[in-house]
Amino acid sequence: MKYTPQDFKSNQEVKWCPGCGDHAILASVQRAMPEICESLNYTKERFVFVSGIGCSSRFPYYMDTYGFHGIHGRASAIATGVKVANPTLTVWQVTGDGDALAIGGNHFIHAVRRNIDINIILFNNQIYGLTKGQYSPTSKLGMVTKTSPYGTVEHPFNPGALVLGSRGTFFARSLDVELKLTQDIMVESAKHDGTAVTEVLVNCVIFNDKTHFNLVDRENRADRVIVLKHGEPMIFGKDRDKGLMLDGIKLKVVKIGENGITEKDILVHDAKEENPGLHSMLIDMKFPEYPVALGVIRAVKDSTYDDNVRDQLAEVREKSKIKTMDDLLMSGATWEVK
Amino acid sequence: MQHKVIDTKEVVIRFTGDSGDGMQLTGTLFADASALFGNDISTFPDFPAEIRAPQGTVSGVSGFQVNIGSGEIKTPGDFCDVLVAMNPAALRSNAKWTKSTSTIILDSDTFDEKGIAKAGFKTMDPVTELKIQDRNIIFAAITSLTKESLKESGLDPKMIVRSKNMFTLGMCYYMFNRPMNFTFEYIEKKFKKNPALVEANKKVLQDGFNYAGNIHAIPNTYSIQPAKYEKGIYRNINGNQATAWGLLAASEKSGRPLFCGSYPITPATSILEELAKHKELNAKTLQCEDEIAGICTSIGAAYAGSFAVTTTSGPGLSLKSEALGLAMITELPLVIVDVQRGGPSTGIPTKTEQTDLNQALYGRNGECPIAVIAAHSPSHCFDAAFYSGKFAMEHMMPVMLLTEGFLGNGSEPWKIPSMSDYPSITPPVLDKPDEVPYWPFKRDEERLARRWALPGTVGLEHRVGGLEKNNDGTVSSDPLVHERMVAERAEKVARLANYIPDQKVIGDESGDVLIVGWGGTYGHLYTAVKELHAEGKKVSLAHFDYIFPLPKNTADIFGKFKKIIVCELNSGQFANYLRTQHQQFSYHQCNKVQGQPFIVKEIVDAVNAIL
Repeated sequence: MKYTPQDFKSNQEVKWCPGCGDHAILASVQRAMPEICESLNYTKERFVFVSGIGCSSRFPYYMDTYGFHGIHGRASAIATGVKVANPTLTVWQVTGDGDALAIGGNHFIHAVRRNIDINIILFNNQIYGLTKGQYSPTSKLGMVTKTSPYGTVEHPFNPGALVLGSRGTFFARSLDVELKLTQDIMVESAKHDGTAVTEVLVNCVIFNDKTHFNLVDRENRADRVIVLKHGEPMIFGKDRDKGLMLDGIKLKVVKIGENGITEKDILVHDAKEENPGLHSMLIDMKFPEYPVALGVIRAVKDSTYDDNVRDQLAEVREKSKIKTMDDLLMSGATWEVK
Repeated sequence: MQHKVIDTKEVVIRFTGDSGDGMQLTGTLFADASALFGNDISTFPDFPAEIRAPQGTVSGVSGFQVNIGSGEIKTPGDFCDVLVAMNPAALRSNAKWTKSTSTIILDSDTFDEKGIAKAGFKTMDPVTELKIQDRNIIFAAITSLTKESLKESGLDPKMIVRSKNMFTLGMCYYMFNRPMNFTFEYIEKKFKKNPALVEANKKVLQDGFNYAGNIHAIPNTYSIQPAKYEKGIYRNINGNQATAWGLLAASEKSGRPLFCGSYPITPATSILEELAKHKELNAKTLQCEDEIAGICTSIGAAYAGSFAVTTTSGPGLSLKSEALGLAMITELPLVIVDVQRGGPSTGIPTKTEQTDLNQALYGRNGECPIAVIAAHSPSHCFDAAFYSGKFAMEHMMPVMLLTEGFLGNGSEPWKIPSMSDYPSITPPVLDKPDEVPYWPFKRDEERLARRWALPGTVGLEHRVGGLEKNNDGTVSSDPLVHERMVAERAEKVARLANYIPDQKVIGDESGDVLIVGWGGTYGHLYTAVKELHAEGKKVSLAHFDYIFPLPKNTADIFGKFKKIIVCELNSGQFANYLRTQHQQFSYHQCNKVQGQPFIVKEIVDAVNAIL
């Protein structure tokens, strides 16, 4: 069946603020859906979008798919239940930095640890939007918000580092304004078996406007981000003349053509490398010292929770003498009264 | 001494010792052997929260009481006929459960200066200090006899000492003329891979049996004839196992695969453990990262079409409160099992109580009524779990099942039912669109249940969630829509009353006093009523399995008695609930909040006081 993005738009009015980055992600996801269906032979009724609470969590209402708008922080747990109960479904979790990393931090890391085959889209705007402007677990140290009038005194999470720390198998990053990149990542995420986490840096036009401005600014974007592609050299810049090399145990930005450096000296991105060392350095890169890494940074193979559950069930069913409830009731020590 | 075999109808034995002495196993083996022999039994494990509290101290004493009889046995018994105490601490904390005619078996090897001091006795004569000189006290050198018995077994000294519980069990088998073959079979199965251990355990059991016969300290042995049961095949079952099996049964009947998201918590954990075994019946269990994930994975599974359950105890139920509201407003089937324990907070986690009733009825934000069902005996947990599942799925709503530590850990013989004895379960699953568009919260007229449209079904794409919605599934904060949806959801729960059985009365339909109870106190209340009948009192019992909604004939029953006394293991939660539901009656109360079951005499005295 051929789908168009229109097939995935529900009849509900989208109620995010005008100018909110969430609109762009919705468009990217809706555009990715037909391609996902086509390449993986999925049909629309197999999609379930699950969310928690927050601005981003209204997302399921805007998709014409099955959807579950849960409670704050628990989307990973709800999505896990959906997927384990029916592994033929393709399950998507939409969450924010507060929902996934503060109140839902525990569920988030455990979903990643289990490597359950769900797709998590983490909208990171570094602020609590729906409660009108309090700092979040990704707000920069010192950020002034309603609950930190003198600046925050706590260090932020880097979501990708949490994913690696939980032995995650897939991590990607995009910007709300990079519609095509987000769309492509969604397709990769769908293809990945296991928990696929995509962090999208998103602008909150009301409470944290321009928080990612250094990166999204059209003039300078190409020099400040690097879009990683598996098997391709880590080259970036308006003139594609900058690259990444290893300097001892650290990454460094180099200029191709200077100091005898050629394209061949530039690191080639290997998203499939199991060792998370380089992925960790890529995830940690911060502007202005480094370009911020976008694209699929890590996508490695490992067994998934839902597959393991399915296999174990089949194995036990095969071996067990108990086939029905009546068999179970009569099993073990019993005695007869005549 | 002349040896006599005395036929008796009922005997209560209490096995006590250090947490590491294996008293739970000893008691369970004795109970199982008696059940397999054909006696009616009721058991009561009473153990500390600590896995291994300091050895020899009162805080580390673990007990297991079993009541066996040739007639109807409804409680584990109040006081014991035989107390086994493996050390001075066990004697000190359990002497209060003996009576003047009791026999007390003590391991004399542990009654040395150090052991007696550790137990907190002031003198070197614990028996006199406890004023129990009138009991038949048997000091047996159980530890050294066990060592002697197994000196050539090749087992290491630690293992040998650990076998002393089997020596004790052998002594008890002699005293009560129990056949040992069931226990031999158990040993053979348990140590299948280690023939040396099989031999050692059998030998020490037999030696204990022989020793008891040789010492002549046991003047009489007892014979308890098999109880007169209905024909059929029986098994011994504890409440948590019965709960797990009842849930599996509901899954099979409904055709919806079982999903249990849960987190380990005393005393509910063994339900999760039992369900985890039964993958052959398609049960999926997910041991979650916390209690909240336990219920939330289950809610997700319910949305996807599973018969979803989550199991917990009081503190876990507190953590699940917000998600209970989500299950209620999304109108998904879900069974929440609360095996109650002593609270508040961590409280006394291994002890039994009925103190979560208020939490079950009211513990949520917003207008959030949830049906509450209670189990009244270990084997009744099966039916209670089955019907909780049936009502959750057919009425599309969460159902709370309350059991208790006393039921979960206690066991009794159970006539094995056939699944053909149970009714069908037909959840309103919608497998194709019957009208376009599909309205997620459109209701059937009788039950007010919505239809269950499962993800994966073509054309039924819809969204549910915690935000208030109109019947068509759209988010709405319209004041009147909210009020109507609140009323519809409440009415749906209220209408469950049309589907549950009428409340029964044990005893005459009218009289002077109606004892009212619910949950695990059933055996004690039933026994109390029998005793009061024997005294010629006009007393009956109404024991409630259906708490919310109450059976429709509740007021009719209450109206036929001069006085009502509500007996429960809390400060009056059911009594207060009845005061809100049936205000026209006045309710006397009999309460106990000690983490222990009632003693029958307490109930008899409370009733006599108002007669």
